[in-house]
Amino acid sequence: MPDEMLHLPMVNSLLERHKGSPGALLPILHEIQEGIGYIPDAAIPDIAHALNQSQAEIRGVISFYHDFRTAPPARHILRLCRAESCQSRGAEQLAAQLRERLQLDDHGSSADGSISLRPVYCLGACACSPALELDGQVHARLSAERLDALLDSCREDGA
Amino acid sequence: MNRLYLPCDSLARAVGADAVASALVTQAEQRHWPLELQRTSSRGLYWLEPMLEVDTPEGRIGFGPLTAADVPALLDALQGDASTHPLALGLVEQLPYLHSQQRLLFARAGITRPLSLDDYRAHGGFEGLARAVALGGEQTATAVFDSGLRGRGGAAFPAGIKWRTVRGTQAAQKYIVCNADEGDSGTFADRMLMEGDPFLLIEGMAIAGISVGASHGYIYVRSEYPQAVATLREALEIARHNGYLGANVGGSGLAFDMEVRVGAGAYICGEETALLDSLEGKRGIVRAKPPIPALQGLFGLPTLVHNVLTLASVPLILAKGAPFYRDYGMGRSLGTMPFQLAGNIRHGGLVERAFGLTLRELVEDYGGGTASGRPLKAAQIGGPLGAWVPPSQFDTPLDYEAFAAMGAMLGHGGVVVADDSLDMAHMARFALQFCAEESCGKCTPCRIGSTRGMEVIDRLLAAPDQEHREQQAIILKDLCDTLQYGSLCALGGMTSYPVASALKHFPADFGLHAAEAEQ
Repeated sequence: MPDEMLHLPMVNSLLERHKGSPGALLPILHEIQEGIGYIPDAAIPDIAHALNQSQAEIRGVISFYHDFRTAPPARHILRLCRAESCQSRGAEQLAAQLRERLQLDDHGSSADGSISLRPVYCLGACACSPALELDGQVHARLSAERLDALLDSCREDGA
Repeated sequence: MNRLYLPCDSLARAVGADAVASALVTQAEQRHWPLELQRTSSRGLYWLEPMLEVDTPEGRIGFGPLTAADVPALLDALQGDASTHPLALGLVEQLPYLHSQQRLLFARAGITRPLSLDDYRAHGGFEGLARAVALGGEQTATAVFDSGLRGRGGAAFPAGIKWRTVRGTQAAQKYIVCNADEGDSGTFADRMLMEGDPFLLIEGMAIAGISVGASHGYIYVRSEYPQAVATLREALEIARHNGYLGANVGGSGLAFDMEVRVGAGAYICGEETALLDSLEGKRGIVRAKPPIPALQGLFGLPTLVHNVLTLASVPLILAKGAPFYRDYGMGRSLGTMPFQLAGNIRHGGLVERAFGLTLRELVEDYGGGTASGRPLKAAQIGGPLGAWVPPSQFDTPLDYEAFAAMGAMLGHGGVVVADDSLDMAHMARFALQFCAEESCGKCTPCRIGSTRGMEVIDRLLAAPDQEHREQQAIILKDLCDTLQYGSLCALGGMTSYPVASALKHFPADFGLHAAEAEQ
């Protein structure tokens, strides 16, 4: 994808800054994803070169960690907690509600690019389960109604 | 001026604290009611959050759980007789839930503002560091050893032995690594501490650094805790600016500095050797031990790796002395433990008590039973790798050894409560699914056994009759043994705990008769 090349100056200035710091790959990947929204394939040769590693090593790290994306994200990212504490307060029913209403599976993204679903295992909100994170914001003590209201808010500003 | 306090803790915010704060400020202004609103840490009484506290001559009185809609009536009450408000809680420190606790680590929780160095110092902050500087490295390590402090991350290894080992090494560079990858469901004490009292962790790490001869530290925080990351980074700047980090830590003449590194959603990085690989910029793959990290850790150099709560216990041990700390607890479990009540529980929150109270006291007296009001079925202690404990075993004291003796573990002190609607066969399958998703892939039992285990449970549940179910149960127990004894780290090794305990205590959920499951 040629437009990915547009990101390279940003990637390279960031690599220049991190090059000297030991074990810098994770901070580098986080910063690229924060700036661009994902880690473009076009950036990988430059990252590998800057860190004197093979492209396979860089790809291996990206694919190991759940957080790193290799494609642009949807406008909204909803991460429903599916860990034990939230399950004991009905997280599975909320997951079913999400699947039903959005017609997506647990890892799905809507075709219009408005919302992506992802499971997460613990947001540290366990004293007020169930919880989810929508665009970086945690919402706890969820109910079916609250979940619907949050989805409505996504639809409104995404239209 | 009326001084009010409202937590800025991320969970208080997740249940509406920010909306309450802005309603308070706007409406007080409209009423020309002079108000100073301080955003403090949380007391950890989460079922009452957002909980507002108000200064009175007798002490702070509380109101909660509040919503923005409660604010007009609340302001009416505050301008008149506050005790008449329906959400008035009275003196916060007299609430039985809080009053009966032994808050050592969380002494400042809900009282101070997280990033106020003045607040921190006014409540005993940096006294431990001053004492460590006066004592010198050797005696500081001895104090930690004498306190009986054990690793709070789950493995409960004596902290003082690690300190002496790292201190005894000769190396050009040593490291302090704080494991803040708190991924266990049901735990949130690390998050609370990092968001609410970041200087305490910084002080603990600085003491560790100057004692063992390490000049650099890392805090590895999971990415699911962005507010902890931001708070710590800001606190580091403030500490550096005030001479608590840098070339001359607290006037010791020794150098120590540190940085925050953020994980990327891999549960396995909570395992200390996988965490070290991740810090080195690699996939988080578990390392075989030996060599132990104390001798060959980060970048192959001597490294002191501790959980947040372990390091945060150190300033108090130095400030008050090892005997003071050791006087709390029972047997070989000394000091206090911040237990975390979560899941289907009426009064979810943080309970810091000396080791030795029973699980029943914790779940029933503090927790008040299930939130749903349905009968209690089980509690999972110590995160997703912990055993499901039935109420018949709730009289076990919370002590590392007592839990180990019944095939369970205390871990990081998280307690997830479940009512009778939770299907334990489903939870056993979930434990294996979680292991399959989060396995680093190094050991075969964990990488492949977890998936085979899910298949066995599926076959067991679909089996046409008792005989076939029994056959699958035998295979499942066999697989649990393979996982337990054939894996390098706790992920593979202890995934058997929730599976085997569910099978043992709740055979009916698997369609088995009790006697057969016991075989």
